[in-house]
Amino acid sequence: MTGKGKRETGNMLLQIQNLHATVEGREVLRGVDLVVRTGEVHAIMGPNGSGKSTLAQVLGGHPAYTVTVGSVLYEGKDLLALKPEERAREGVFLAFQYPVAIRGITNAYFLRSAVNAIRKHRGEEELGPVEFMDALEEKLKLIGWDDSYLNRPVNDGFSGGEKKRNEILQLAVLEPKLAILDETDSGLDIDALKTVAQTVEKLRRPDNATVLVTHYYRILTHIQPDVVHVLSAGRIVKSGGKELALELEERGYDWIREPATVA
Amino acid sequence: MTSIEAQVLQPYKYGFVTDIDSDVVPPGLSEDVIRLISTKKGEPAWMLEWRLKAYRNWLKMAEPHWSNVKYGPIDYQAISYYAAPKQRPALESLEQVDPKLLETFEKLGIPIEERKRLAGVAVDAVFDSVSVATTFRETLAKQGIIFCAISEAIREHPELVQQYLGSVVPHNDNFFAALNSAVFTDGSFAYIPKGVRCPLELSTYFRINASSTGQFERTLIIADAGSYVSYLEGCSAPVRDENQLHAAVVELVALDAATIKYSTIQNWYPGDEAGRGGIYNFVTKRGACRGKNSKISWTQVETGSAITWKYPGCILQGDNSIGEFYSVAVTNQRQQADTGTKMIHMGKNTRSTIVSKGISAGHGQNTYRGLVKILKGAEHARNYSQCDSMLIGDQCGAHTFPYIDVRNSTAIMEHEASTSKIGEDQIFYAKQRGLSAEDAVSMIVNGFCKEVFKELPMEFAVEAQRLLGISLEGSVG
Repeated sequence: MTGKGKRETGNMLLQIQNLHATVEGREVLRGVDLVVRTGEVHAIMGPNGSGKSTLAQVLGGHPAYTVTVGSVLYEGKDLLALKPEERAREGVFLAFQYPVAIRGITNAYFLRSAVNAIRKHRGEEELGPVEFMDALEEKLKLIGWDDSYLNRPVNDGFSGGEKKRNEILQLAVLEPKLAILDETDSGLDIDALKTVAQTVEKLRRPDNATVLVTHYYRILTHIQPDVVHVLSAGRIVKSGGKELALELEERGYDWIREPATVA
Repeated sequence: MTSIEAQVLQPYKYGFVTDIDSDVVPPGLSEDVIRLISTKKGEPAWMLEWRLKAYRNWLKMAEPHWSNVKYGPIDYQAISYYAAPKQRPALESLEQVDPKLLETFEKLGIPIEERKRLAGVAVDAVFDSVSVATTFRETLAKQGIIFCAISEAIREHPELVQQYLGSVVPHNDNFFAALNSAVFTDGSFAYIPKGVRCPLELSTYFRINASSTGQFERTLIIADAGSYVSYLEGCSAPVRDENQLHAAVVELVALDAATIKYSTIQNWYPGDEAGRGGIYNFVTKRGACRGKNSKISWTQVETGSAITWKYPGCILQGDNSIGEFYSVAVTNQRQQADTGTKMIHMGKNTRSTIVSKGISAGHGQNTYRGLVKILKGAEHARNYSQCDSMLIGDQCGAHTFPYIDVRNSTAIMEHEASTSKIGEDQIFYAKQRGLSAEDAVSMIVNGFCKEVFKELPMEFAVEAQRLLGISLEGSVG
């Protein structure tokens, strides 16, 4: 991994070693190694079925995925030993590729419940509806929404693009230490993509990090990644700077694909 | 390794028995027992006659078994049909009430004194079939509103009772209604005079206490022309090993342009995780929109009982009258519910709305059964029905039986139904935002029920949400 010098000053936030994971008995991750430091943005690219989304789900703690081998340290602690809600409260955020709708529950209520669950965990006072609304105003502006979206049920009746924007709103409100964006860029039109990408850029701080799972180069025209990784057949096969993403855009994945493993 | 698995419900929170001496009639049912009840209540002769008529009809009737619930035979001769606290307190002030009763109310979270002051709710507290506290009577009396125990109404307002009792649910309506007519020992009576908007939400808390005493409540509410009343009914019962029969009857009468809003939270003891014990809740509730432009709205949140069998309905006689039914029914563990409504359209331009939300968890079986009947003269009647079912886990069941009988071609009927499974993905999504599994389920379920909860009065809605959380605790691992 090569990159700018400032990266080296960041603290180790996430350390994945030889991670293997299965879903429905099928091994999808086959030895992932990855180190993410604070202040960094990593892009993980790769062809369909390479395990990108699985990696995101495993980090989030989805119960359908089983880790068979390997370790994940988050701030030096065993991330895999934590329940999904504990991971969230410790600052791990997963923006879903397919955000789920919750009928009858307003976005505002959902967001406040999430914020308060995290605040409670930190020993901070929970926010009432009024205080929360005040804090929310500027976050809404970030993604270019008015407050009508707050009174709509969570993702219910939202377009694909609105759902993705809603994930970014949650990201902006929850301000996690580690954000994992699972194909947040897919299904967005150019303007929405720009808003989402700019918001992610604005949320960048020296003490947080972002792992961006994506298919496409285009989001990287708005977000400057420190490292680009290529995931193929459940393993990171190549890492490099932004120019790697550009090369993938031009040449596709075939040249980089691992030769099929021989049984 | 699926995370959604039905698990053990925490013990029923309201399971305690108050130690008060009860004046209990020995088990068994006969004309003599009915005469004894009538005498104890100091009833006029016509009331006894009506009871006996009901009893003689009941003897000829068979217990209905068409509903989608299963239970062992009920021994009607093993039930005691009358229990009254021996120490019967005076009604004027709460200080005179047995402190143990007040303690019970406190355990239930019903601080009557506070409600009097803060919430402005008049409570006609029914404890083991006898009213022990009636509040705010003066405030109501000033407006000419009568709100009292039905036994008192029989003595003090016989003309109203005689005119309306059994006019919506006849003494021989069905097996359980006939039984209730024969042996009911208490319940509430309300009369709202012409043009009066009842300033308080009338509220009754029912509670079964004495062991093996069936509870046979009878409630009659009459809203005279142009009046409005909102009535709240909430229940909770202590733990019992044997099954307890609860066969109540509620009759509502709305005259011209009158509105009755009747809200129920039913939280009787549901039995243990193996299905032992629990209340049999076999209830007949019906309202008659007798006048033009009248409206009756039923809202129920049914989380308790081993078996629930009830179909609060509306007879839409008056032209332009409106009937509504909003229901949330939860079955967890071994609970069974067969509930729904009947909307009978008779008048012109009558409208009805049905919104039913069934939630099944554990081994619970939840059935919606609803009848919409449009009679010949009901020109331009409209009905909208929506039945949604939610399943939690894979051992439970949801069933929907909508019956539609239309005899007028101008009718417009709409019916929507859905069944959803509370998904691992939904729960994971909420957890990934920091919510606990229980908060996640509670949120998803409350969202599912929102259309019904918004029909409840504020305090009741809060209580309903809390209750739903408790009822489903432990249903998701």
